[in-house]
Amino acid sequence: MNLRGVGVSPGIGHGPAYVLAVSVPEPPEGATYTGEADQEKERAMSALTQVAGELEARGNQAGGEAEDILKAQALMAEDPGLVVKVRSLIDRGLAAPRAVYEAFGKYRDVLAGAGGYLGERAADLDDIRDRVIALLYGMALPAAPTAPAEPYVLVARDLAPADTALLSREQVVGFVTEEGGPTSHTAIIARAMGVPAVVACPGATGIPQGVPVMADGTSGLVHVEPADVDVADAVGAHTARQATIFAARGPGRTADGRPIPLLANIGNPGELDDAVRAGAEGVGLYRTEFLFLGRAEPPSAEEQRRAYRAALDAFPGGRVIVRTLDSGADKPLEFLPGPAAEPNPALGERGLRRARRFPAVMEAQLGALAAMESERLAVMAPMVATPEEAGWFAEECRSRGLRDVGVMIEIPSAALRAADLISQVDFVSVGTNDLAQYAFAADRQLASMSALNDPWQPALLDLVAMTAAAASEAGRPCGICGEAAADPALACVLVGLGASTLSMGAAALPAVRAALAAHTTEQCDEAAEAARAQVTAAEAQAAARARLPGLATFG
Amino acid sequence: MGERKVTVAAEVGLHARPAATFVQRAKQAPMDITVARPYSGDPVNGKSILAIMGLDVRQGETVVISAEGEGSETILDELAAIAGAP
Repeated sequence: MNLRGVGVSPGIGHGPAYVLAVSVPEPPEGATYTGEADQEKERAMSALTQVAGELEARGNQAGGEAEDILKAQALMAEDPGLVVKVRSLIDRGLAAPRAVYEAFGKYRDVLAGAGGYLGERAADLDDIRDRVIALLYGMALPAAPTAPAEPYVLVARDLAPADTALLSREQVVGFVTEEGGPTSHTAIIARAMGVPAVVACPGATGIPQGVPVMADGTSGLVHVEPADVDVADAVGAHTARQATIFAARGPGRTADGRPIPLLANIGNPGELDDAVRAGAEGVGLYRTEFLFLGRAEPPSAEEQRRAYRAALDAFPGGRVIVRTLDSGADKPLEFLPGPAAEPNPALGERGLRRARRFPAVMEAQLGALAAMESERLAVMAPMVATPEEAGWFAEECRSRGLRDVGVMIEIPSAALRAADLISQVDFVSVGTNDLAQYAFAADRQLASMSALNDPWQPALLDLVAMTAAAASEAGRPCGICGEAAADPALACVLVGLGASTLSMGAAALPAVRAALAAHTTEQCDEAAEAARAQVTAAEAQAAARARLPGLATFG
Repeated sequence: MGERKVTVAAEVGLHARPAATFVQRAKQAPMDITVARPYSGDPVNGKSILAIMGLDVRQGETVVISAEGEGSETILDELAAIAGAP
């Protein structure tokens, strides 16, 4: 039997399943108590305090990331708003367990309704609630064994930080949960432990206790009772994959030798070292928000120059593309008049739009960049919708002596008229994350919109292709600096679509380098053409992968 | 009534660790502490982690922290530093 979920921590974990069946019943609706209200309140309060104490103690024992999470949970168990609610429900006649259940429910709904990161915190609240109710009922909560005869794959509906905090790689070789997402605690802790994990895997708790299980934290596949040969194959494939990935060295290039410079996305100078170690050839996206956000005065020219110098020095001989400040209603600057609270900051006055209304900040930034007097320094603007905007930005840059000027392509109008934009500048760089959210009218912050923000969507591939074709026609480079470039298969497709450089987080570089080295330009072209010929994102991905045989050894 | 307007700099927003640190400090204060989004919404109890999480304040957004009484200026400064820390 095979189950499928979402791989959130890579690697192969195999061992007997330990199924953690935490099932605390819902206290019956309208349940009442006998005796005094004060006694019942006392019972509820002492259970809340005891659970808070246990969470805090586990946190102290665990340390690290788990400690922060558990201490936050301890605060939730003793939250003053929650306590007031429990007391008033008991005053209205509800028994302590039901009062606790309903009081938590109110907060849970608020978090769950928010979706995304906050929505996943609803599970934290459920865990505290179940612990308190179990205590009130005198039930023992099952716990994952900490001294097993053999390391196991931990299977559960969902795992709470309190379940996982005291586990280590000696006990647990894999995690499989029915619920949770990429930012759930299971995912965060599994990655921190370096243990493979699969979440959002329906049917997982149906796995019988103790049967052998193999979880593939890359593909999301969970094999129940796999044949020994399958386990050996999977482990061998994973080992070979790691070996292949780290065998490819040097600058990015296809198997037939076409150079595709691999660059790093950098959010602050602290990330430069990792990028150098990963073999990046320069910076494809230097976000500069860190210089400006959360401070009362704009940074001095000297402070700005230090930040740009750090990147130029980290990559001697490499190109560094600095993106000018991208601020908006969701990223306001304290030293500028705040934009009115916008109902939809992603569509509001942000990026270049804001720079045009309050030009002083951008002028100072371009001045500091020009003062670097470096041929290797390029500058590009965010949130450009029209050729007129691109022309205005290019003129602002060139009048200060900046010679390598580009714009981001992240709004569909810019991709549709890419030729007109490119005629104004020296290069373009496609931000696939925003381009997807604007093309599909799907907020990229919402987990529920993730299928529309899938970078394999053929419509997104079309927009990238249009942009790259226009750049190629004009004889100018087209880079990609979104998450799409970090996927090894998609990186090959982007090259096939005409991308001339790929920029990504440092962690993704080795696998992308290996994927390019394993395929010729022709194979990349065919994969891109096959992907665009499909109707759905899943079909596009399958069609491309079928034409990229080199991925089989490590993808 | 003392007030501090702070832009949240932490990547996770005013959730998780920043929210917990904030509430741990606020709970030690003798007076009431409130937190609100500017222009909109009612202030919530600054000693309630659930209420603060419910505000859903993300990186780059602004909150107004209020308190009054003896020692409130010092506490507001500390809370503003916690909320504004990256």
